[in-house]
Amino acid sequence: MNLNIFQQPRKVFIILFSFFFLFSLWIYAIPLFSNYQKPAKESKSIANGRLVWQKYNCHTCHQLYGLGGYLGPDLTNTYSRNKENETYLKGIIKSGVRQMPKFNLTDDETRELLAFLKDVDASGTADVNSYQPEINGTFSLKK
Amino acid sequence: MKNIGIILVRIALLLLLAGLFFGHLASETYQMTEAKNGVLGFLSLRPLHVSSAYLGIITAGLGFISIVIQKRKNTFLSKLLQYSHLALWVIALIGIFYSYFTGDFGGREYWEFNPIWAVPIFVSFIIFLIYYLYQLGFKEKWNVYQWMWLTGIIFFIFTFIENYLWLFPYFRSHFIADMTLQWKVNGSLVGAVNQIIYGVAFYLMEKISGDNKTSYQKLSFALYFLGLFNLMFNWGHHIYLLPTEKIIHYIAYAVSMTEWILFIRIFYKWNKQIKENKQHYYFFPYRFLMAADYWVIINLGMALLMSIPAINLYTHGTHITVAHAMGTTIGINTMIILAASFYFIKPSFLSIKTLKLNSLFFWSTQLILLTFLISLIGMGIQRALWQVGLKKSTFSQMTQASSLWTLLFIILGTLLMIFMGYFIIYLILKSLKKNQVT
Repeated sequence: MNLNIFQQPRKVFIILFSFFFLFSLWIYAIPLFSNYQKPAKESKSIANGRLVWQKYNCHTCHQLYGLGGYLGPDLTNTYSRNKENETYLKGIIKSGVRQMPKFNLTDDETRELLAFLKDVDASGTADVNSYQPEINGTFSLKK
Repeated sequence: MKNIGIILVRIALLLLLAGLFFGHLASETYQMTEAKNGVLGFLSLRPLHVSSAYLGIITAGLGFISIVIQKRKNTFLSKLLQYSHLALWVIALIGIFYSYFTGDFGGREYWEFNPIWAVPIFVSFIIFLIYYLYQLGFKEKWNVYQWMWLTGIIFFIFTFIENYLWLFPYFRSHFIADMTLQWKVNGSLVGAVNQIIYGVAFYLMEKISGDNKTSYQKLSFALYFLGLFNLMFNWGHHIYLLPTEKIIHYIAYAVSMTEWILFIRIFYKWNKQIKENKQHYYFFPYRFLMAADYWVIINLGMALLMSIPAINLYTHGTHITVAHAMGTTIGINTMIILAASFYFIKPSFLSIKTLKLNSLFFWSTQLILLTFLISLIGMGIQRALWQVGLKKSTFSQMTQASSLWTLLFIILGTLLMIFMGYFIIYLILKSLKKNQVT
């Protein structure tokens, strides 16, 4: 039996791919084991809001958890940042600001987009100051 | 038989040229104070820039593989597979640009086009996989770059399917799981494309050095396994801030740190590298490979630091990440593509005058790229300081405060478009001349 792995790239590939596949299956299953369950109607609204976010290319300028474009601010916690936040956000979407154009969203689209942003906001914080670096090179939420 | 590979390479060069042009237009938005709508708006320009560059790199990779493996078999089935792949790829590209020019979005970051155009991309990749396996066969022992190409093709297909799982509400309605999956896809797709492009670099080195034993050596396969391992498991370093399962972060952190082996190896063989650089310096394809090698050092160094979560916390979401992304796509991938294009289209210059002119453009490009990345890092540092609250200002004030860096970024980006554009146009024109392509 040949134990030299460098002579057997096919076996190494298959073994690594199998681990990768199992890892992927576990990631697909995360929603099943999450405490994050929502009522069906709310869940549908959030899922549709994600589509509105994509349809209007919001990620081109904005980030969620630091992922996305760089022209505008991160919107992870924008929902809770201002008082009367929904009215404020609706105003920005309708009238635009600086490089951001006006968006003509339907009432349903606006409602769904806000449901999505509310959900994102509730999922955690993207504020760097809320975290502290650890000695092992990781970081954690400040208590 | 018509050389389908070179057609793909020409398309790739045109896409890269378009990527530079749209990138230049998009960068100007940073200095504007009012919104622009339509195709000249940032909402269209950024996807046009990113997709042109990304698809250009993928198309080039497929083109070079085609050129290399086309000679192995010339049957009816080979031709059918090649033409079918090319036709579907062109249909997808036309559809994607139609989608962007008409504002028909709906996809995700980097793939913003209407998802219907993902179908021809997917089918064309399946056909390309069949073509690849048919041309290579299973009788002989494969060398390392043949394994890298196969890896790139298979992982592209696998992750491309994952890239559209969001179409199912099950994934979409759970934000954190959905973002985790989205960045698993983005990370692995880049890894898959890198396997294809780095495989091309390996092929070139074999041909330039004339030593075909290297691509069967243990060390070559060890480096391939390391790249494969990282492709599969290091993508979590994109999402350290995302409150997903902690184990994903730990795996990414641990796996990313294995790349120190590559970094240390570069310095271990430094003297050999310098000697080799001097030996092949005047061979133009090698010149670009040499440039890619040095860009690897800079970008790998940055990537290693940014993969440490405690550092990533401060650089994440800033232009420092963009500098790293630009450094790898331009400094590494595009340099390898230019090296391979020169190798297959115009390996050497007949007159000293032309060689000197091209040398001047070559070194200017490298210098401009370096300062371009420094300008992005400058913008990134401004944003990082603002993010940690050291600068008590609004987002708008912060962007205004970094306007000097931004201006530098726009000017250097424009110069980069001109200098890199020169090489790309030169290669396109040369490739159109009869009997030019080797």
